[in-house]
Amino acid sequence: MSQLLLDVNGLTMRFGGLVAVNGVNLKVKNRQIVSVIGPNGAGKTTVFNCLSGFYIPTEGSVMLKNEQIAGLKDFHISRKGLVRTFQHVRLFQKMTVIENMLVAQHRHLNTNLISGLFKTPNYRRLERDAMNHAMHWLEEVDLLEFANREAGNLSYGQQRRLEIARCMVTQPELLMLDEPAAGLNPNETKELDELIIKLRDEHEISVLLIEHDMSLVMGISDHIYVIAQGTPLADGSPEEIKNNPDVIKAYLGEE
Amino acid sequence: MTTSKFYNAIFAAGITLILACLMIGVKLDTSGTQLAIKGASAAQWTWIGGGIALVFLSQLFSGQIDSLFKSIPKPNITTMLPEEKKMATLKPWLIAGLIVIMVIWPFMVSRGSVDLATLTLIYIMLGLGLNIVVGLAGLLDLGFVAFYAVGAYTYALLSEYFGLSFWVCLPISAGAAALFGFVLGFPVLRLRGDYLAIVTLGFGEIIRILLNNWTNVTGGPSGISGIAKPTLFGLEFTRKAKGGEDAMTFHEYFNLDYSSSYKVIFLYLIAVLLVIFVIYLINRLMRMPIGRAWEALREDEIACRSLGLNKTAIKLSAFTIGASTAGFAGAFFSARQGFISPESFIFIESAIILAIVVLGGMGSQVGIILAAIIMTILPELAREFSEYRMLLFGLLMVLMMRWRPEGLIPMKRPQLELKQ
Repeated sequence: MSQLLLDVNGLTMRFGGLVAVNGVNLKVKNRQIVSVIGPNGAGKTTVFNCLSGFYIPTEGSVMLKNEQIAGLKDFHISRKGLVRTFQHVRLFQKMTVIENMLVAQHRHLNTNLISGLFKTPNYRRLERDAMNHAMHWLEEVDLLEFANREAGNLSYGQQRRLEIARCMVTQPELLMLDEPAAGLNPNETKELDELIIKLRDEHEISVLLIEHDMSLVMGISDHIYVIAQGTPLADGSPEEIKNNPDVIKAYLGEE
Repeated sequence: MTTSKFYNAIFAAGITLILACLMIGVKLDTSGTQLAIKGASAAQWTWIGGGIALVFLSQLFSGQIDSLFKSIPKPNITTMLPEEKKMATLKPWLIAGLIVIMVIWPFMVSRGSVDLATLTLIYIMLGLGLNIVVGLAGLLDLGFVAFYAVGAYTYALLSEYFGLSFWVCLPISAGAAALFGFVLGFPVLRLRGDYLAIVTLGFGEIIRILLNNWTNVTGGPSGISGIAKPTLFGLEFTRKAKGGEDAMTFHEYFNLDYSSSYKVIFLYLIAVLLVIFVIYLINRLMRMPIGRAWEALREDEIACRSLGLNKTAIKLSAFTIGASTAGFAGAFFSARQGFISPESFIFIESAIILAIVVLGGMGSQVGIILAAIIMTILPELAREFSEYRMLLFGLLMVLMMRWRPEGLIPMKRPQLELKQ
């Protein structure tokens, strides 16, 4: 029933002589939460950078809905429905929350200059739709009351939520979250947990997750990939990963 | 604590002494064929001594002075302004009133003030143009004057060689400047900050040197003179019509006595028209997706890319639209002056325009208009201190950055109405 959304084969990234990622395979199906875990410096974020087009992978194929996207420009990839967040929150700090949400819809709004200058009915309609869409998502992440605040003045947890909402207004099919729980308190982590599950169940998107918070990862993932030193170590369901001796060894070291 | 303050005050006074001695205390003078060093007069030395004492005391008692300033209650502007809803209804009337005043005003004041006002309006246009590039898109451009020069020379050359009128050339000049902005935009796409500033600085110099050396087209350092003035639907503002037999002048057509101030006022009114047009245009752009994209690019380029914004297109559009505004101003400048040479487009002009944007408050249109007015009128008022003009200019900058680092009127975020 579930279709293959993202299919990564033999992804390799070399920086000069350094092999940061070596032959990583990933599969994400529709409406699935997939996690990538591994010790610090394992190359998880490099994998994300390769998938989202910030790096051009040295080798390997990245298929999104049976279409090769490896080597495409970053903004083309995000327009195809693969959007990401960052390890450190990257908001437009000096712009208001609602403006952040409108910028993300640039592509849907990008009418020609003339219609905008004369405020044609079509332009007004598009602006209104974008506004409504933005407000809908702000409500989903419980930020509506802060709509006219500068994004930089929000608390850290709110900024994290805004970043996810900003990705969601671009109407992605695959959302990639890079350590979304970093720096959140247990309460906020729980809310994030619920939000991610809601994204999958109600909004029918897939989520690819990098995370160090094991209780979060084990609780919500449908499938987990483990990477250590750039090479794939194991993959399977949360139960399998928990009991995999190789994974325990990579995380805790040998006895 | 008191001793460190004392040393600090001594140090500051020492610096003042050195600077004052170099800048005011000694002067180079020509005596015959040789240069002679001349000391300042006794009166000037007294002034210098007074200045040093002032610096010393203000540093020594800086804590007390600061607390004194703080004790003066600041007027609360928000309570003085009418409520936001009232403001919204008042705003169109306010703007209309302002435009009416701007139109009536020149008929009541001297020719010199009208001329100065016209110059101010040119700088407003330039400031607004550079604001797109620096204030909104966050791309530090030190060679903005190049686009101004392109606009000015486009009109001057088209008018000289092909006899095209001002009104035809206005859009062409803006277009030519936009083209140069686009062309410059390409190589600098990957650059940011300091590196971008250096490249644009170089570009500004290239244009100036090109104009200086391409003698058979641009006339080189001697420039182009006798550039045609704008006409009012074909009516000239000269004493005698130049354009053939049936050409008429303004005063003949309306049966008035000839007066050269008609021309000055007419130029001023054109400038008002152009400025209103530019303000409206940029104001719209700022509230459109493209305006938001410029700001987003300034805030975080990587986030922009991850959200599907094409940074190439956004950067190029900022450069192009900013440059076209400068081209607009340039065409008007050459029509007003009637004579242009590369001398008008030196680096200091770029610096002044940049200062207008920074002083006014990056991104803020009202602030930039205010800053442009201050920056053009202040040097005129300080004419008697002409020798120390740059010194005053620097002092103003330092004070501004000390008291209002965000600019005169920092940009206010638009508050969007949320309906449920």
